Parts: sequence; structure tokens; C-alpha cells
Amino acid sequence: MVPVAHLRDVTRLYRMGDEEVHALDGVTFDVLPGEYWSIMGASGSGKSTLLNVMGCLDRPTSGTYKLGGEDVDTLSDDDLSDLRSRRLGFIFQSYNLIAQLNVLENIMVPLFYQDDPPADGEGRARRLAERMGLGDRLDHRPNELSGGQQQRVAISRSLVNDPDLILADEATGNLDSQTAKEILDLFDELSAEGKTIVFVTHEAQVAARASHVLRMLDGRIEDVIEQRPRVLAI
Amino acid sequence: MMGGAFMRAVRSGVSSLMLHKLRTLLTTLGVLFGTSSVISMLAIGEGASYEAQEQIKLLGSQNVIIRSVKPADDRNAGNQQSRVLTYGITDADLERIEQTFPAVKRVVPMREIQHDVRVDARVMTPRILATRPLYIDVTGRLMWEGRFLTSEDERTLKNVCVLGTEVARYLFPFESALEKRVKVGPDYYTVVGTLAPRVPLSDDPPAVGADVTGEIFIPYQTARKWYGKLQVSRRSGSMDMQEVDLHQVIVEVDHPENVALVADAAREMFGRFHKKRDYEVIVPLELLARAAETKRIFNIVLGSIAGISLLVGGIGIMNVMLATVTERTREIGIRRALGAKQSHIVIQFLVETVCLSVGGGLMGVALGLAIPVAVEHFADMITIVTPSAPLLAFGISAGVGVLFGLYPAWRAAKMDPVEALRHE
Repeated sequence: MVPVAHLRDVTRLYRMGDEEVHALDGVTFDVLPGEYWSIMGASGSGKSTLLNVMGCLDRPTSGTYKLGGEDVDTLSDDDLSDLRSRRLGFIFQSYNLIAQLNVLENIMVPLFYQDDPPADGEGRARRLAERMGLGDRLDHRPNELSGGQQQRVAISRSLVNDPDLILADEATGNLDSQTAKEILDLFDELSAEGKTIVFVTHEAQVAARASHVLRMLDGRIEDVIEQRPRVLAI
Repeated sequence: MMGGAFMRAVRSGVSSLMLHKLRTLLTTLGVLFGTSSVISMLAIGEGASYEAQEQIKLLGSQNVIIRSVKPADDRNAGNQQSRVLTYGITDADLERIEQTFPAVKRVVPMREIQHDVRVDARVMTPRILATRPLYIDVTGRLMWEGRFLTSEDERTLKNVCVLGTEVARYLFPFESALEKRVKVGPDYYTVVGTLAPRVPLSDDPPAVGADVTGEIFIPYQTARKWYGKLQVSRRSGSMDMQEVDLHQVIVEVDHPENVALVADAAREMFGRFHKKRDYEVIVPLELLARAAETKRIFNIVLGSIAGISLLVGGIGIMNVMLATVTERTREIGIRRALGAKQSHIVIQFLVETVCLSVGGGLMGVALGLAIPVAVEHFADMITIVTPSAPLLAFGISAGVGVLFGLYPAWRAAKMDPVEALRHE
């Protein structure tokens, strides 16, 4: 099986003055289709850099990163952008919706940037919003929604292009525990449908739901635990 | 698809601008005033130069006009009682002009006589011009009704006259002036024709007592016989007496190329025979060239002013867009993460800048078209809006948007997506 994300000896160096900082230092692992990975670690452990590399927003200084079998290192900025619009879904801690667009437009943003957008993009966006319980809020602006609703819009947005890989960065960090649980249930659902998810977090309750837990320490992988196949908690 | 994407970019740009309505409005003001000032100043300049050129053309481009001028340095002497001031073009000058220059085709002498003109109770003091029948051919003026003076009138010293439109309308507001009798000084003259106006007049006849200037033409020979050369005007306590043979001579030259030649020769000839500078040589062709030069300079000055104001407007827009780009760093990061290429970001911000400048440009065109109308209405000036002026102004304003939008848009596109996403 071709891994969705394939990292071999990925290193990312930052130069701070005269000092070189290894944000990532020889990271190697594969994420197979349908897996639900949780990346944990203290702040400064390199988990955000790892997410940026996996999201094609940042390039490794050395090493190889392949997304769905495609070598990313040699791609131009435009090709990387194209890759993000077609094959990746991003979910952020602070939702990161675009203030001047309404819910439907926000969901459709990744499609706007595709070279050859699907004909039924809008129908797809509507169905996703419907599923997330946002059907009656399509023409609302982000600032008219609660945090949970905004994150549902962001999740819809991350699904609209039917991505190979969904990257979530502390996606429940800004939510109260009840809403966080609802969002995590949603992730479980997506995982059960076969979506591949990488979820950066520092919360144990998130990690408990994942199929794999990867711990980072000082830019290196501390350990990877493959957990028992999860059963949907109902 | 391309058109759809473009429309979406415009719509999204406009909705971004609408988030800050006041800022957007203030930003467009620079371009707005720049554009409107270009259009209205061009219209006023064009109108002024049109008026000047029309007036010069009335003098005839193939003519050289020589006028008698009361010498300035003799004014004190002229104030002494019963001293006769003799100046101006003489009959001898006329003869010399007619006989000396081969390039001269026709010469029209004119005398001005000072008298009241009255019909019943209506009195006015128009310019009473004694001239030859050639006048109408040389000046190219048109008859309104009736005929102009003829050589028959000259020969038989008839008391006939031709009225200018204004005079005819004032003296005979409700009827045709033809065959009516007009009293010029002590004598009666029969109206044989009226001249068409040089410029269109307003529809309403002037009120009684209004200050109407105008012209009335009588045969040259008739005037010579009945009115002497001496003209007496009485002022409080003093008498002003002047003796002038001819007030004006219109010299028609056979070919436009020879106009300058004849003018120079005339200047030299008058310089030799006149000790005082009691004459003036006017060459409409030279005036026309000078008017064209004036217009050219005016256009250059105008162009610089307009250029500077649009530059200032453009800098204002760039300033605001740079602030906007910084303010929206995070949005740029989000869009990049979701797949926007650098070109998408460039287009997004460029579209916003062009919307700003084109919006300002459109409002500026509207204002620029309104100002000349207002000027025409309140300042009583002719203004001409050439179709190219709004197009030019609008085109420049759109160009300003692109030019000054490129740098902020480029700055936005070159941001590191990771850094941009982290921006608060």
C-alpha cells in the first residue's frame, strides 16, 4: 500500500544568529491510508514544524517527504500550492475562517484555487454544511457563529476537496470540553469513513482516540505507539 | 471559467473594501479629485481657447488689420481746452497701402462716427461704421435679411444703413427693421438690411435701457460728405476734440503665405510716416499661432498638475494597501495554506487596488463632467468636454491602480505562508 505520507530522515534546520536549531532531526515514519495519527509533544518539540512540512507549507532542509507517492521536495511553489488545494485539508486551532466571506464561500475556498475545479463544488459544499449541522447558516459570516460552529465550517472546508490527508493543528484547543468532545466525535466519524488524519495535540483525551500516537522530543521521534484498533464509542 | 473566477475576485475584493467603508472612501478621494480636475480643467481650457480662436477667426486669417490708436503720451496736452488732437491712419496711408503692395488684394477703410441712434423713444449709441461694400466680402459676414451697402449707394451718397442684429433687435424688437427709418445724429437713414450675428445670441430681446453695443453701417462716401473729420465729445467742463481720418483699415492679402510679409511691410511703412505710435497692426494669423502656443503651454501645465495629483492619489492608495496587506497577513497565510498560488494573492490585492482607483476614477469622471456644466452656468464661460478627456482620465486612474497596486500585492504574495499563519 502506498503511504499517504512518507517521511525519511526529514530534517529542518533554522538558523538563529550563529546558532543552528534542529526543529526536526531525522524524522522517519509512514502514515498509511485510513490511519489516525496523533502527534504529541511539548511546545518547541518540533510538532508544528512537522505539521508544516507534511502540509507542504515548509520544506525539509534535508531528507525526503512524499505525499501520496509524489516527491514534494522538487516541486515549485505553484505546484505545492496546487497540491494543497487538491490533496490536503487543514484544520487550525483558531478556525482561521476568512472574515469577509460567508459560510458557504468559506467552505469553497480550496476549490477557488484549483486549476480545474469540480463542476458540482457548490453542491458538495452545501451537503457538507448540511452534514455538519450548518444548513441554515450558509450565508452567515464567521463572526456570527459560535466557536464550535466555526470549527465545523473549518472541518467542512478541509473536506470539500476530498483530500488524501487531513491535518489538524490543536483543533480543539479553543473549545470548551463539551464542544471539544463533539468535534472529536466528528473526527472519529471521519476516521471510520476511511479518512487519513494527522492530529497535532497535547491533550491525552485526543491521543486516546487515535490509531497511532507519535511523541516528539527536541525535534526527534521519542516513540510511536500503535494503539489497538479503536471501536467507535457510542 | 476564467470569467467566473475574475468576477469572484472582483466581488470578493469589493466586499473586502466594504468592510472599511470610510477608509475606502477616503482612499479613493485622491484619484477622484485628480480625475475630475483633469477633465474639468481640460474642458475649461478647451472652451477658452475655442473662444479665443473663434474671435481671431472673425478678424479673418487672410487679413491684416490696422487700427488708429490714440497716443498715450499726448493725453495731458489733449486735456487743454479746444486743442484738437490729430492722430491715426490718414487718407494718404490708405492710398499708399493700396498702391504699394502687390500682394494686397482688397483694402477696406472704416471710419467710426459718434452719434446717438434713435427710433422714436429708443436711443442707443452703437458703433457707427462708415465703410465700403467690400467690407462684407472681406470679413465673410452673412446677411440676416435685406442687402449690404452697394457701390450704387456710395456713388449716389444715399442715406441708407445696415444694422447689426443686436441693434436691429433693440430698435425694432417686434418687427422687421427693413425699410424703416433710423435717426443717426441729425439725419434719417433707411434700413436696407441686417447682418447675421457673429456668435449666437440669446433668444430674448434685450430690455429697454439695457446696455446694448452693436454696429450700424453707413456708406463711406455718405459719411465723408455729412460728417467732418472732427469729432467733439463734451465732458464736464472740457471739450475733447479729435481729428481722425480713418479708424481702421482691413487689408486683405491674396494668399495666407504673404500675410506676414504684408504685415511687416505695413509696420515699416507706418513707422516711417508716423512719428507717434498712433496706429496698431493686428495680424489674426499671428494671434492664432500665439493662441495655439498658449494652449500648448496650458496643456503642459495642466498635464503636470494632473499628473502630480494622480501621483499623490496613487501614493495614497499604495499606502493604504500596504497597511491592508500587513493587517491581513493572517488571511494571506490561510489562503496560501488552502492552496492559493502567489499569482492568486497578487490578483486578489491588485483587483482591490484597481477597484479603489477605478471607483475613484468613475466618481471623478462624474464630478469632472458636472464641474464644466456648473462653470458654464455660473461663470458664463464656454467649456468643451472632448470625448477623449474622460477616457484619458479614467484610463490613467486605472493605470495608477495597477502601478501602485503591484508593490503591495507583490509583498503580500511573497510572504512566507508559515510566518503569515502564525501572525496575530
